[in-house]
Amino acid sequence: MKIRIKFTKTGPIRYIGHLDVMRYFQKLNRRADIDVKYSAGFSPHQIMSFAAPLGVGLESYGEYVDIEVNTTISSKDAIEALNAASVEGITVTGYVKLNDSAPNAMSCVVAADYKVKIKDNYKPAASNIKEAFEEFLRQSSIVVEKATKKSVMEVDLRPLIFDAYMDDNGDFFMKLSTGSAQNLKPELVMDAFYKYLGEEMNEFALNITRLEVYGQNITKDDSGNIINTEIIPLEKFGEIIE
Amino acid sequence: MTNLALTDEILMSIDKPARYIGQEVNMVKKDLNTVDVRFAMCFPDVYEIAMSHLGIQILYDMFNNMEGVYCERVYSPWTDLDEIMRKDNIPLFTLETQSPVKDMDFLGITIQYEMCYTNILQILDLSNIALLASDRAEDDPIVIGGGPCTYNPEPIADFFDIFYMGEGETQYQALIDLYRKNKANNCSRNDFLLAAAKLPGMYVPKFYDVDYNEDGTIKSFMPNTEGVPTTVTKELVMDLSDTVYPEKPLVPYIKATQDRVVLEIQRGCIRGCRFCQAGMIYRPVRERSIEFLKDKAIKMLKNTGHEEISLSSLSSSDYSKLPELMDFLIEELKGKGVNISLPSLRVDAFSLDVMSKVQDIKKSSLTFAPEAGSQRMRNVINKGLTVEDILNGCSLAFNGGWNKVKLYFMLGLPTETEEDMKAIAELSELVAEKYYEIPKSERNGKVMVTASSSFFIPKPFTPLQWAPMCSKDEFQRRAYVVNDRMKEMLNRKSLKYNYHDPDVSIIEGLLARGDRKISKVIMKVYEKGGIYDAWGEYFNYDRWLEALDEANIDLDFYTTRQRNLDEIFPWDFINTGVTKEFLKREWNNAMNEQVSPNCKMKCQGCGATMFKGGICFEDKN
Repeated sequence: MKIRIKFTKTGPIRYIGHLDVMRYFQKLNRRADIDVKYSAGFSPHQIMSFAAPLGVGLESYGEYVDIEVNTTISSKDAIEALNAASVEGITVTGYVKLNDSAPNAMSCVVAADYKVKIKDNYKPAASNIKEAFEEFLRQSSIVVEKATKKSVMEVDLRPLIFDAYMDDNGDFFMKLSTGSAQNLKPELVMDAFYKYLGEEMNEFALNITRLEVYGQNITKDDSGNIINTEIIPLEKFGEIIE
Repeated sequence: MTNLALTDEILMSIDKPARYIGQEVNMVKKDLNTVDVRFAMCFPDVYEIAMSHLGIQILYDMFNNMEGVYCERVYSPWTDLDEIMRKDNIPLFTLETQSPVKDMDFLGITIQYEMCYTNILQILDLSNIALLASDRAEDDPIVIGGGPCTYNPEPIADFFDIFYMGEGETQYQALIDLYRKNKANNCSRNDFLLAAAKLPGMYVPKFYDVDYNEDGTIKSFMPNTEGVPTTVTKELVMDLSDTVYPEKPLVPYIKATQDRVVLEIQRGCIRGCRFCQAGMIYRPVRERSIEFLKDKAIKMLKNTGHEEISLSSLSSSDYSKLPELMDFLIEELKGKGVNISLPSLRVDAFSLDVMSKVQDIKKSSLTFAPEAGSQRMRNVINKGLTVEDILNGCSLAFNGGWNKVKLYFMLGLPTETEEDMKAIAELSELVAEKYYEIPKSERNGKVMVTASSSFFIPKPFTPLQWAPMCSKDEFQRRAYVVNDRMKEMLNRKSLKYNYHDPDVSIIEGLLARGDRKISKVIMKVYEKGGIYDAWGEYFNYDRWLEALDEANIDLDFYTTRQRNLDEIFPWDFINTGVTKEFLKREWNNAMNEQVSPNCKMKCQGCGATMFKGGICFEDKN
């Protein structure tokens, strides 16, 4: 049986790397007595899949991991058990059952929401930032240079920004293309924005919080034709276990 | 939420920031308003090594179960952060509350290997605590050392206020009570140290004076203050089944060297190998009861979620209830995805059977520690392992499907001849030949025999403490002799030979049997930028030679010199139970190539009976 777990990663814990979060969950599942399924062989391991790895230093309220279990207790009891065995900063907020045919967390991710705060010492010098950000987004293309392992290539960020705005507190919100196909990091958007302002962004300027991760849900009719596609939070792919 | 001592900018620009944030599973949090004694527990090496150490987990748990005491941890910042902290004047902090170490009442440092001595100075320096105990202010933390290296504390005596000799479980409550009383009476730091020096197991270096002979050896080592004892007897726990042991060990986020539950099944070793310090200083052998171990194993696995449990002891095969314990663990952990690891097992039918149940034969290798290649040499060091034992073990293992063997040796042992050196290669060859005795159709591919040699370093409180060490060039030459012989072997393509760096061994030898004069050398090395000497990439032999030169210290005096049997050693004031008479007897037996039976076979009268328990009194009621 496939289970999708939603959790937070906030506070000092944000400095833990992705691989260590994986190790953390393997131990957390054991401490919480989740009846996890193990692979066969001499070094059995838990079958696990994380959606869109979060970079070190970023906080999140919308992290996901899919696990496989033999049996399960109710969503409410599982959330309670996991949180009793977890640390401050990693709080489980969802535990839902997926259809056996559901794609795993890693493969269905298409978008993520971010909140970006600029730290006091690193704010842009320009005035009217809010308007400038709107103008920045009104461009038909935002071409930046992106360094890959082998070369530097030009990428147009604009089609990868699904939605973005600055609120009255000066915080930025953005829904960005995420996942294995087209992955856009919020710091790249902000870096392009600073350049648009004619300024240089310091590498430590931002406090980034991921708020949610979305997958593409495709509904087909009986003969296999796609009748609807929508982008929904990963959690909504599953059902609460009573 | 905890405020971190380091800024986001720093944490994001260093390697593995998780080393410095604390907040691990089972970390103890306390309301500082309920705490009157704060103890920083330090392991002077990087986080991943430090978090693998069982002793700290035991003491952390013990201290935090004491009313009003808060024990926090502090480890060596890695070199990247070290540099930033010096540049930006950031004081070293504890992981739990991220408080400056200087705010603590105690700084306890566990000293597990000699090559961490420069890191002790790094810890003190970054904490803004004076390096020399004599320069410390009234309100500086009391710096207290413990662990195996304190069995010769003299090279680092100037840096410590107190050394706690022996096992930490017994005297800390008394020491803390004394500290509180001293504070309540408004007494001085010196008053506290003097009172502490009278507690069992406490060595306070400032109350002892050393006089030297003209040749540099020690003339006398005596207390300089009334009431301070002339000898300090090590502390130890006599009932290991009725004592503190953590049920909720800390679980790091980043992968520690020991990423598993560690179950210490016994302390001490019956074997009496003459080079082995642990085998002497932890006498007598004391087992933990099987009920105690079963209970702790289950609780620790549940509370940590670890996927592996490791049984820990100097010689696990000698634990009397090992089969019962293994049966219990295998049965209990079936289907739970938990591995069992058993280091320090003797290879025999039983252990092979157990290993085939708990490990993947294809991936695991067999380990033997013959320590010497020839029987003559093994008799000198009292390693009671014969060629037949090794070959029979290998034969059983090869027939069971194993095809990788590791052999551990020492080079530079006292009385070692060219034949003894070559025997390392010859024994490795015999092991390989044993494999090819199996019909080809039943073999599991090729065999791989890896022989590794370390250089012999005489350690205090061992029967070989009088032995001269080889020079660096001589070590190197002996390694070449082995290597050349390896190349002459028939199955040389199945043999691999590794040897340690002789530079590090020489310095380790200097520190192991050094006296108080050596503190100057350590200080100079540190001042020249030496830290992380236990790490090959940071160890710098020339820096040590320069420091020795500047301090006017003769390296050979401490390493290659043959000691007289009546010489007073820097560590002679410590009573480990094992008497110098016994060690001399064993030294003579070594020179005569005489083997001594182990504790279970026949008592050798080492002196450990003074502790009135353990193996010395088993089956004798």
